[in-house]
Amino acid sequence: MADVHLPTTLTALFDDLPRRLEVDAATVAEAIERLEERWPGVQARLCEPGPVLHRHIHVYVDRERSALDTSLGTRSRVDVIAAISGG
Amino acid sequence: MSRTLLLLGTRKGCFLLESESDRREWKLRGPFCESWPVYHAVHDAASGAIYAAAASEWHGSAVWRSGDLGETWALSSEGLAYDEDRGRKVSKVSTLAVTDGRVLVGVEAPGIFESGDGGESWSLLTTLAGQPGSEAWDDPANQPPGHLGISAIIPDADDGSHFWTIVQGVGLFETGDGGSTWTPRNRGLRADWPREHEEVGFCVHRLVRSPTDPGRMYQQNHVGMHRSDDGGHSWREITDGLPTEFGFAAAAHPHDRDTFYVIPLDPGHARCMPEGRAAVWRTRDAGESWQRLDRGLPQRDAHLGVLRAALAIDGDDVPGLYFGTSTGQVFASTDEGDSWSEIAAYLPPIWSVEVAALD
Repeated sequence: MADVHLPTTLTALFDDLPRRLEVDAATVAEAIERLEERWPGVQARLCEPGPVLHRHIHVYVDRERSALDTSLGTRSRVDVIAAISGG
Repeated sequence: MSRTLLLLGTRKGCFLLESESDRREWKLRGPFCESWPVYHAVHDAASGAIYAAAASEWHGSAVWRSGDLGETWALSSEGLAYDEDRGRKVSKVSTLAVTDGRVLVGVEAPGIFESGDGGESWSLLTTLAGQPGSEAWDDPANQPPGHLGISAIIPDADDGSHFWTIVQGVGLFETGDGGSTWTPRNRGLRADWPREHEEVGFCVHRLVRSPTDPGRMYQQNHVGMHRSDDGGHSWREITDGLPTEFGFAAAAHPHDRDTFYVIPLDPGHARCMPEGRAAVWRTRDAGESWQRLDRGLPQRDAHLGVLRAALAIDGDDVPGLYFGTSTGQVFASTDEGDSWSEIAAYLPPIWSVEVAALD
């Protein structure tokens, strides 16, 4: 199970979406799909059609900058960051 | 007597200002929409709903809606996307209109989406494909930061299938069939730059229509003020008497077809009111002459900008006017612009002001 950490800008938009949760997924894309199943609309807030991550949504897997196709290990930590947007 | 509601779209969310019928004391609420950048917010008189067009730099574009005057909000972007294989991207939702039970939203890259279910889901209405030069509208090189794509949708209150839209930097277009076909309406406008096509290539900033005369329109253009007496089929310039030819905002008097308001700005980098002295300008003779209105507005060191959707006028017997600034102030007049007072300050940069009468 991946240990997924989400930004407050995202959790504020969905009832009961926690800052941190465990997700059973093989890739970053799958992890987002699991979130989408439980909180419909999450995917659109993280990805644009393609799908690709929104420009200023950065994902790190085990501290490495990652993409949707990045593989997750059974104990990976996934950090979703709302990055670099100015004041 | 009705209450008055002002809807402010700002760089950090939607705000609401509400007053009793005297329009003297104002109560501010907000920020709403999780402080997403809100380009435009409107009130639908028929349903009572508020819609706010927002584009988060992190979480994409969406339309927020509130059915209880801002107490609770929800957002949706379901269907608010172009087909993936066409290469177009919805980078921003810029402007909203409610007409004939539909909500319309204009986006960048240029296109209009519609919702028939109160903003819960959206579908593409038009990209104005086939208009001269429209193939270039999708080129990212033609979409610099700050570009709005569709910058306005202007409904006809008497005919839900009839409306106008502005494609930023391209011009004004009219549809009479609900958005299926479009006709450029830019004849007689000035352009101080080379154009590839005769009918388009004009920089229309703001279009307003007289509620008392369907044929009478005014527009603030990048170069000059212009008037139409035939519903936009032809235009003549009415800039003489104004301090600059440039500005964004405009408002048409609700009861007098010849009275119209603009806020001229420095056309250079500043894009503020000239000389640090704030003023709204009014014509009462359809642009033959102009009057500077500055009583109650700051006349020293006031470098105020007002964007294209940030001046509104209500429909009272003696109309009130309201404008929001790029430095977060809201000024109001309850005497047709003769005098002004500041009714809010210290807000984020204001991008739009709309006014609604509440029962």
